[in-house]
Amino acid sequence: MRIENPDSISKSPDGRPIADQPIWREQFPIDWPTDDFRSRRDFTKLLGLTSLAFVVGQIWIAFLAIRRRAAGPLPALQVASREEIPVGGSKVFDYPRAGATCVLTRIAADRFVAYGQKCTHLSCPVIPKPAENCLQCPCHDGVFDLATGHPLSGPPRRPLPRLQLEVRDEGVFAVGVEEGIL
Amino acid sequence: MAVPESNEFFVDPGRCIGCNACVQACSECDTHKGYSMIQLDILDRSSSPQTIPVICMHCDSPTCAEVCPADAIKRTADGVVQSARKPRCIACNNCVLACPFGVPKMNTGMHLMMKCDMCYDRTSVGKKPMCASVCPSQALFYGTREQIEKLRPSSRPVHEFRFGMQEITTKVHLMVPRRSPLVALDVGAALRLAPAGDISGGEDPLLSGMAEGTFS
Repeated sequence: MRIENPDSISKSPDGRPIADQPIWREQFPIDWPTDDFRSRRDFTKLLGLTSLAFVVGQIWIAFLAIRRRAAGPLPALQVASREEIPVGGSKVFDYPRAGATCVLTRIAADRFVAYGQKCTHLSCPVIPKPAENCLQCPCHDGVFDLATGHPLSGPPRRPLPRLQLEVRDEGVFAVGVEEGIL
Repeated sequence: MAVPESNEFFVDPGRCIGCNACVQACSECDTHKGYSMIQLDILDRSSSPQTIPVICMHCDSPTCAEVCPADAIKRTADGVVQSARKPRCIACNNCVLACPFGVPKMNTGMHLMMKCDMCYDRTSVGKKPMCASVCPSQALFYGTREQIEKLRPSSRPVHEFRFGMQEITTKVHLMVPRRSPLVALDVGAALRLAPAGDISGGEDPLLSGMAEGTFS
């Protein structure tokens, strides 16, 4: 007898309806149509497609890197004039494109540092703390060294992307990115 | 593909002549991997030549599947209880011990329980199961209800069984005498009728019970 409704072919030994049955009867049904079989072939297909997606992703990353290299060096951008920022002061700007927020800090009379502002943990903006000689991320209390950008404590494991700076007569210029992708 | 609704299996033990043709034919079925899944029970050789072919009754609530700890025994939507799924079966023998009809067979070499699956490769495309196609006396009959009523005017099918407290309704039917008042075949009561320790005693309790209608 072919019965289309799976509930009606599942007759439990005590004869009560499916709603009164323990949950494992639903999770491990005897009836083939209600069982969620995962065959070895399905699993292999899933593995194959996932690795294919990874391969495509790697090719895409390589393509982006080649395109960036072909575009040549990043343009210089004047961030601030030399006297605009006091020692211990900082300024937020966008480099190399709008939306890629960076923060410039004057840590000494003749020393400037600039980093991408996205925390390498979960992309919260980091806040320079020149008094403690660090950059702090308020989200999970990640701390980066203000002089190098390397993580000191908290969840981040990768350094902040560091900007190459040039101090010219007319001001402080960002001329490139040292590591990471902004 | 599914087994057509119109075709049903009827077992008529009274017609069995014990020729073993079904046992041989069963191993020819492609889904049985060369093994015979049917068993020819000899009831009491000293007093009677009676034999009963035992095929899977395909219960509405399959005990074999109920006791399977690996969730390996499945029933398809047409009500056919299939052999254990090979990737899941752990060869624990629970089903073999639990089935009231004694149908599942453990293949220790293959680490797999196999059972009568009504020759699913054949019945799902409209053919008869191997055993029913060779049975010379048609004790194993596969066909429509109209056919069996026309062929066996003095018998009628039952598909309810009782084993102690357990009540079982099956997809496969057993033919009983038409005049017998029994509704459900109480196998447990039939076994209790046999005198204790006396296995040589005259009549077979199951068959005599059927004839006398002692079962309700």
